[in-house]
Amino acid sequence: MENEIVLSMENISKSFPGVKALTNVNFRMFKGEVHALMGQNGAGKSTLIKVLTGVYPNDTGTILLDGKSVRADTPLAAQKLGISTVYQEVNLCANLSVAENIFIGREPEKNGLIDWKTINKKATELLLKLNIKINVTEMLSSYSIAVQQMVAIARAISISAKVLILDEPTSSLDENEVRLLFSVLKKLKAEGMAILFVTHFLDQTYEISDRITVLRNGALVGEYKVEDLPKMKLISAMIGKDYTRNDGDRRRENNSALKDVKPFFKAENIEKKGHVSSLTIECKPGEVLGLAGLLGSGRTEIVRLLFGVDKPDKGEFTLNGRKISINSPRQAISNRFGFCPEDRKVEGIIGDLTIRENIILALQSNYGIFKSIPKSKQVELADKFIKALGIKATNSEQVVSKLSGGNQQKVILARWLVTEPKLLILDEPTRGIDISAKEEIMDLVIDLCKEGMSIIFISSELEEVVRCCDRVVVMCDRKKLEELTGDDISEERILHVIAGGSR
Amino acid sequence: MGKKGSFDNIFKSKNFWSLTVLALLLLCNLIFTKGFFRIEIKDGHLFGSLIDILNRAAPMIIISIGMTLVIATKGIDISVGSTLAITGAVVAMLIGGNLQIVDGVQTYISKVPMALAIIVALLVAALIGLWNGFLITRVGMQPIIATLILSVAGRGVAQLLTNGQIITVYYKPFFFIGGGYLFGLPFSIYLVALIVGGTFFLTRKTALGMFIESVGVNPVAARVSGINSKNLMAAIYAFCGLCAGVAALLVTSNVKSADGIHAGELFELDAILAVAIGGTSLAGGKFYLMGSVIGALIIQTLKTTIYSIGVPPEINLVVEALVVFIVMLIQSEDFRKIVFRVKTVTE
Repeated sequence: MENEIVLSMENISKSFPGVKALTNVNFRMFKGEVHALMGQNGAGKSTLIKVLTGVYPNDTGTILLDGKSVRADTPLAAQKLGISTVYQEVNLCANLSVAENIFIGREPEKNGLIDWKTINKKATELLLKLNIKINVTEMLSSYSIAVQQMVAIARAISISAKVLILDEPTSSLDENEVRLLFSVLKKLKAEGMAILFVTHFLDQTYEISDRITVLRNGALVGEYKVEDLPKMKLISAMIGKDYTRNDGDRRRENNSALKDVKPFFKAENIEKKGHVSSLTIECKPGEVLGLAGLLGSGRTEIVRLLFGVDKPDKGEFTLNGRKISINSPRQAISNRFGFCPEDRKVEGIIGDLTIRENIILALQSNYGIFKSIPKSKQVELADKFIKALGIKATNSEQVVSKLSGGNQQKVILARWLVTEPKLLILDEPTRGIDISAKEEIMDLVIDLCKEGMSIIFISSELEEVVRCCDRVVVMCDRKKLEELTGDDISEERILHVIAGGSR
Repeated sequence: MGKKGSFDNIFKSKNFWSLTVLALLLLCNLIFTKGFFRIEIKDGHLFGSLIDILNRAAPMIIISIGMTLVIATKGIDISVGSTLAITGAVVAMLIGGNLQIVDGVQTYISKVPMALAIIVALLVAALIGLWNGFLITRVGMQPIIATLILSVAGRGVAQLLTNGQIITVYYKPFFFIGGGYLFGLPFSIYLVALIVGGTFFLTRKTALGMFIESVGVNPVAARVSGINSKNLMAAIYAFCGLCAGVAALLVTSNVKSADGIHAGELFELDAILAVAIGGTSLAGGKFYLMGSVIGALIIQTLKTTIYSIGVPPEINLVVEALVVFIVMLIQSEDFRKIVFRVKTVTE
């Protein structure tokens, strides 16, 4: 039994100078359904949403809402039509109360004054509908990101209740918070809301969605009912080729080869209060060392110490048998270390600079101010890595903030690969990027270590750790619990160690 | 020409609009001010309003250069006017001029050798900048607060040095810096060329410019990429102080005295304005040295124009504000878009 169509977009095309972002895309939303919009970075998901919500005008095509042709020129107009959006980053005012945030700009009035009583009452009711019981007069910032997201959703549905668009709502939520969000979505669904859901997490897609539309290179691949599209088929549809996992025997081979290789870098008894306690780590050339553990287990903290971003209270570093000190990233770089930090936006990308500048930055900073790399050489290096890593960009002079997340991540990877590091630290290199970029980055990691590079790999997704790493250090509560090698490396084993350790 | 690429960079479209404004101001003068464009040669020196504007704009251009780099790091330095006052006081005190009678002729000799006095004064200026940099990078103050301290206290220091009086300089060779001529042009113009050219070379022909922009856009990411953000920023504040010091030499030499209270008054605001007109965002990042130079020239041309056209002094400031407002509007891409869109709609 088909549900009633609430919204349909027909033959939508949109071009930007030099790029065709959408080509004749059709998209439908049904009453009481969660519809997942899937595709790689750059497939056109964001553009489609922006056309729908009035951020961009479409070049061709029509949008029908309840069978009537509509046109939203601004996000506000879209909102008035009944299309509300909750963006990835919470778009509210942290310094206002929860109730104020929900009713800002349309406060109910009484005798010409703002009716606070009604505001607070209505806000409480709205949130109760979402099973959230909080004090709405508290500042928004006093609540967790998940609750803030719920507030954003409450605001969105209180404005209009036809179509709700959620653009990667879960990327900053932890497991329990995702549960909470999903229970809310299920409730809204039951009430007949049409929900558009964009995420990079495949499991979540299957958990919550009723229908999946896949886009690739700005064109529609297809619309499927979720039960007709198994995971492998979805991935194939997204990347446009058959997808096979290549776990293989790589690790076993590599392990026997690595047996006699001496570690070239040792960090011994590294300690920093509140970060890690007495941790020892060794790195071998040609080996991928995985750090597994939950958020806050010390996995990010230790690599920040290794790279000199933070300074340890105690401990020593030995490189090729020589004691060294690492007090700043600069020193780490001069020892030929590289580091892709966890938070790409805050610590990685220099948004207003070009791809070229972002790529050569670390190499140039190692050379110093005066040994400037000639422009022609810069362009050559940038072009080489744009090609090698498959960075999707018009040219190396494009401003990096205009790239999609996965491509930005590749630019940061390129920044370190240009320096030809001996040790490359990758902290969550696959976070927030699409599946095929993830695969590409993991393949790259494996290739690099074949060339003799030593890699430290951190990922929240154990599947990735298991796939890439030759050796895994399992961490919990800022301590190393166990080191796993060879066939011991499996998701179950890692989880088992973590569970045992935090007992 | 092999240098075409770099010239493309200098004259980005941003500069096009500020240059247009400058041209319009000059056009105004062509119509309303008689003999504005006349340049005469007297005693082998070039004279005329245009030369005069260049000469008068010199201190502001130099300060704007320092300010541009500071703003590129997402900072601001509102102490440049006070720095100028202090440096002026120092150089005036050190040189001063003692009356001596040599062979029956009265001459003044400097208290301290002039070269030494200048070096000390510039060192003081750079140290003041470094102090700002220290407060910002090591103590962690916000730039506007850190430099506000010296902006206020600096005037006090300058007055302490001068005992609250205006120190007159009598030593003649010192007057050359701000009032002398070399090859027919005011010496100040050469100084400007040196500072602008030197800074351009240092920032655009080495990696310095990219490092500054990186720090301005994202200091954390710049640090992780191996740039010593703190030292770089401190050095740039020192450089900004140094620029204010050089401007102080020009101003002090030009008026032959140091005034702790009024020297360089509100220079910081004009400098920030020049940088903004030049297209460098106050949010830091990409910076445009040539834009700032044009910005400073626009401000000076505007001031000269207002006087030469004969705007009544009581509405001087209003006219100035109005023109600046229009300049900023024209510079704004969004504004141009709106105007453009309105046009296409009405057509």
